[in-house]
Amino acid sequence: MSSITLDHHADRSAMKVSDQVAIDIRGMNKWYGAFHVLRDIDLTVYEGERIVIAGPSGSGKSTLIRCINRLEEHQEGQIIVDGTELTSDLKNVDKVRSEVGMVFQHFNLFPHLTILENCTLAPIWVRKTPRKEAEEVAMHFLEKVKIPEQAHKYPGMLSGGQQQRVAIARSLCMMPRIMLFDEPTSALDPEMIKEVLETMVSLAEEGMTMLCVTHEMGFAKEVANRVIFMDQGQIVEQNEPEEFFNNPQSERTKLFLSQIL
Amino acid sequence: MSDMSYVRSDMLPERTPPASSVGFVGWARANLFNGVVNSILTIVSLVLIFFVLAALLPWLFSPTWNSGSLNECREILNGHEGACWGVIHERWQQLLYGFYPNGSEAGTVDQRWRPNLAFLLLFVAVIPVLFNMISRRMNWVLLLVALSYGAYAVGGTLGMITVVVLLAAAVIVGYKAFSTDKAARAAEIEAGAKRLPNPLIFSAIFPFVVPFLLWGGSIWVFVGAALGFVLAGLAYRYLSAAVGSLAGMIISVLVAIVWWLFLIGPFASAMDAILPIALEQIESRKFGGFMLSITIGVVAIGISLPIGIVLALGRQSDLLIVKALSVGFIEFIRGVPLITLLFVASTLLNIFLPPGTNFDIILRVLIMVTLFASAYMAEVVRGGLAALPKGQYEAADALGLDYWKAQRLIIMPQALKISIPGIVSTFIGVFKDTVLVSIIGLLDPLGLSNAIRADQAWNGVVWELYGFIAFMFFVFCFSMSRYSMYLERRLRTGHK
Repeated sequence: MSSITLDHHADRSAMKVSDQVAIDIRGMNKWYGAFHVLRDIDLTVYEGERIVIAGPSGSGKSTLIRCINRLEEHQEGQIIVDGTELTSDLKNVDKVRSEVGMVFQHFNLFPHLTILENCTLAPIWVRKTPRKEAEEVAMHFLEKVKIPEQAHKYPGMLSGGQQQRVAIARSLCMMPRIMLFDEPTSALDPEMIKEVLETMVSLAEEGMTMLCVTHEMGFAKEVANRVIFMDQGQIVEQNEPEEFFNNPQSERTKLFLSQIL
Repeated sequence: MSDMSYVRSDMLPERTPPASSVGFVGWARANLFNGVVNSILTIVSLVLIFFVLAALLPWLFSPTWNSGSLNECREILNGHEGACWGVIHERWQQLLYGFYPNGSEAGTVDQRWRPNLAFLLLFVAVIPVLFNMISRRMNWVLLLVALSYGAYAVGGTLGMITVVVLLAAAVIVGYKAFSTDKAARAAEIEAGAKRLPNPLIFSAIFPFVVPFLLWGGSIWVFVGAALGFVLAGLAYRYLSAAVGSLAGMIISVLVAIVWWLFLIGPFASAMDAILPIALEQIESRKFGGFMLSITIGVVAIGISLPIGIVLALGRQSDLLIVKALSVGFIEFIRGVPLITLLFVASTLLNIFLPPGTNFDIILRVLIMVTLFASAYMAEVVRGGLAALPKGQYEAADALGLDYWKAQRLIIMPQALKISIPGIVSTFIGVFKDTVLVSIIGLLDPLGLSNAIRADQAWNGVVWELYGFIAFMFFVFCFSMSRYSMYLERRLRTGHK
């Protein structure tokens, strides 16, 4: 499955985990109708952590990270992001959403806006940044994901890998403190997976707090400081990547790893 | 087996396509003579077109323009087939303006410049909304030129002075837009766009200018009507921060209603005492012809789109009561024929209103046609909303945009773009449905044509009148259809 190898080894020197709590999830449960998708999730994420969430499809990993910016509502338990608890209070929700960036499997760029407009929209309308300044910030991040020359094109004119890098830049323009990645490379051709993963590695090298749902185990080994394995809506096992891959404890994890590696 | 191995050593250069597949020859081969059956069909069609034109053209170009009655036409034609265009020549003004005062009756003045000016201003108002190829500068020039026509029509010394002033202003504002140096022109457009006020300001005032021009009366009534919106806007702006956006919205609507119901009368009479500006009042029953159709059509088209959007959003809302109201309204209106609604407007509504209230018939018809169009518009817009992938909503949410911002910046621009063909179809349908008002006794072009045919001089004329009306409707509807295709092309950004 993870046939992509990265060209250079990630520089782990800047990837420091602080003891500040970024996300605190306690006793969280969620149901879709009568179906119990997430069961008793307890998870504390510290600032600077790079967490990879793995598991078979339908295990609730996407749902878990979508609860963190309340694209999905949980019914029981607490989710506290950067000191703000997620409740039905929309003000808190919008506050959390502007601090947490999200990258989707299908990019979800706005097709009617240019790349630059995609990147400046939220800073201008949510953060009230002046247009000029927002454009400068956007160009800075577009350079960082290595596509400044596409700024005035529309998303439909870009390749999948380029679109996903724009989506990352768009999230970064809001200066988020946490980034969520929901299978960011699953919809991409192998040639393009690499360019997206490299962007994510460089982000990790700058100390961004990241939660990634991905099947790219190479990325997990290279960048993550913690791998979480989920099955049937529960966290089955979590460990440092080295231990996780070389010495899995639960039978379910062993089976999963034997199938994908 | 060793033959399988092959390595290309040099890449082939591009070549031009064969001559028979490009140019006119290539086009004709591909589109007209592509095979035996197609060639036969092409020739048969050409023969058919020839016979139709051979019969139609002499009929169309018959020398009857100046005849005064059907009998005169027959004398001129002397037994030949031909149209009797005298009826259009004699009655075209009636077909366009109905019985709007044209100065022919003793003691009246020709007032037709008012609908003319309103029609000109319509273009000035919609151009900045519909097109982006015309500069701000040009738009203000157009406005000044249109207004100078109005001043010319009013006449008198003051009118002539105004014409000169307006045209001078147009030249001053516009001379740089006509510079022969292309680069200078582009630079001027760029710079002028920042210095001149946005022409959309006029587009916003336009809805209050037109009823003043068409119906006349004191200008302060219409200024007051516009002020109601301004007051509501101000109330919302300063109160929403204090009491929340929903409460702010409700309060601002109440402010506007109170203003319109109770305060507008005193305001208008007070201002009339200070500065009386008024046009001669024209009664609704004098409205007719294409002027009436266009008035009803433009109002219904202009107002039904925003109402339709609100209804479509209401129908998708999580708020139960909002949703129930929207669904109820849409389903009720769609379940009832337009003619029924028009009958309600013309007869039943008066029974329910308190005795003595005089509620203008055209206004009643306008409300009914607009509501009717809104229900259809809502469903068309809902189709566009349904076609948007869920990811667009999620991306907007994930960036922290609130509901209204997400709708305005992300969802609606895309949903409306998807719905353009449906929206324009609804517009065209509404415009054509305006002829139904002839059934409740308003003199739209069809109603007038019946009146004209009842005249002894033109008794028996059919094709010429209906052909002319059909042609006029075709011009309007076809323009709308072409515009929708232009808009789709303009908004295409290379995605599916």
